[in-house]
Amino acid sequence: MAKAHVYKRDHVNTDEIIPARYLNTDDTAELAKHCMEDLDGGFVKKCRPGDIIVCGDDFGCGSSREHAVWSIQGAKVGAVIAHSFARIFYRNCINCGFYPIEMPDAVNKINDGDELEIDYKNGTINNKTQKKTLKFNALPDFALAIVHDGGLLEHIKNQK
Amino acid sequence: MSKMTITEKILARAGGKASVKPGDLVNAKIDMIMCHDVTTPPAISMLKEHGIDKVFDREKIAVTPDHFQPAKDIKSAELHKRLDTWAREKDITYYYPIGKAGVCHALLPEQGHIRPGEVIIGGDSHTCTYGAFGAFSTGIGSTDLAAAIATGVLWFKIPASMKFVLNGKLRPGVYSKDVILEVIRRIGTDGALYRAMEFVGPALKTMSMEARMTITNMAIEAGGKNGIIGFDDITKDYLSGRLKGKTEYTVFESDADAEYFSTDEIDCSRLEPMVAFPHLPSNGKTIGECAGLAMDQSYIGSCTNGRIEDLRVAAQILKGREVAIRTIVVPATPVIWKQAMDEGLFDVFYAAGCVVSAPTCGACLGGFMGILAEGEKCVSTTNRNFVGRMGHPKSEVYLASPATAAASAVEGKLADPRKYI
Repeated sequence: MAKAHVYKRDHVNTDEIIPARYLNTDDTAELAKHCMEDLDGGFVKKCRPGDIIVCGDDFGCGSSREHAVWSIQGAKVGAVIAHSFARIFYRNCINCGFYPIEMPDAVNKINDGDELEIDYKNGTINNKTQKKTLKFNALPDFALAIVHDGGLLEHIKNQK
Repeated sequence: MSKMTITEKILARAGGKASVKPGDLVNAKIDMIMCHDVTTPPAISMLKEHGIDKVFDREKIAVTPDHFQPAKDIKSAELHKRLDTWAREKDITYYYPIGKAGVCHALLPEQGHIRPGEVIIGGDSHTCTYGAFGAFSTGIGSTDLAAAIATGVLWFKIPASMKFVLNGKLRPGVYSKDVILEVIRRIGTDGALYRAMEFVGPALKTMSMEARMTITNMAIEAGGKNGIIGFDDITKDYLSGRLKGKTEYTVFESDADAEYFSTDEIDCSRLEPMVAFPHLPSNGKTIGECAGLAMDQSYIGSCTNGRIEDLRVAAQILKGREVAIRTIVVPATPVIWKQAMDEGLFDVFYAAGCVVSAPTCGACLGGFMGILAEGEKCVSTTNRNFVGRMGHPKSEVYLASPATAAASAVEGKLADPRKYI
């Protein structure tokens, strides 16, 4: 059961997702302990494996640190749904095999605590709590191929 | 052939295409890769894990530890060790270990690694700085970095270009930092999302390469993919005798009838010193709107404003005066550090009661060397003022020019630098 953690915020930046004071390591388990710490200090405690972060525009703006994606993956977050993503973060997600879900107006269609089920194949989100099906913008094919392979390096390897 | 912007032309060349338009994908050949101590060690580990031992071209990579250098703790020392071991093992031609290490975006241009017309990437969001040289330059994460180190190629979607015409001439006490803070105030932190920001106009003709780099450095703060300024005599003079390795380069310029997503005009003669309030670089106010707000610290340094010109401006204001708050001056590279010492700027900073540190990114990103306690306010010449950026999540960062940061240091509160010039 994937629960939504909704932050009605735009511009949630990489310093909030993983503060630079923790960048002296690239250990995913360590980074996971501090996921979203400067936005919501209680996030790691309440996030169960598969839970979903829902935000407004420009999610992941700021630094190029892929540590932001690793901390989210390490915290076993199932997906991030945002109205839009900052460019480098978006690219880093794809490169890590983590599907960034772009959905306009998500924070108004999903409430905190809603139970969600994502259908990547059809590009839909089943909001079980509200009994509604929501559509999201599918990734372009080339990016989808990278995500399917599990990330850019795996993708490069598979192509050889 | 259809008309193109400078960004489109550079990416078309790098992708082996005669012509491109926004939205097209290219596999671009990379001319230079910037590597530092935070994002490169993970890239090296990824390559090892995938059994890829290759470096595509050891002469097209520049390596410097900067974020936590000199190592601030055991963990960062381990990052430096991984970076150092790799750079030596791969015999990277342009490796700048401690003593030669500097803040990457000040160091690479200074050391002659940035050529017009080239495609430059780096594992750091402020890699967009190098666009000041008429190059396409953008920040990437560790996986892209690993792929580029191994293959020398990365895919890019051609960004649409936004044109910013900088008209008029800056008045005394107003600097290129104030220009870019005004641009970001106008368009917002995602105003240029996925797009190229091209800066043109007469005001640029009075700006040094250092001043121009301050503008392109902050393109990412508007969400831009790259910032870019065309080549001219000022670029040419800066590069003359400085380039390492290949000394020839190709100059591209936007076609007169190239298509732009938008065009904005900024009258630089009317600009005032700007301060971006917490917690977004787009929260700009004129100094007239905010002078008098008490500060706890002034920070003069970083890839945005830690160059010699910046230190000179700060020293000019601090000369014969004393600071009222903690003031930290961070020359961005060893060459700048030596130059500042030789010019007597350190004497000025010492007499004023500032502390001068070794080149480092340091406190700009909340690493070390000037971290803020709960509730503290810092006026800073850096580029980001996000929550917790320079320390405690409840501390605050106010972005400004070196002149405003120095004047504010003297008064202990946000102050207009023009009364000291």
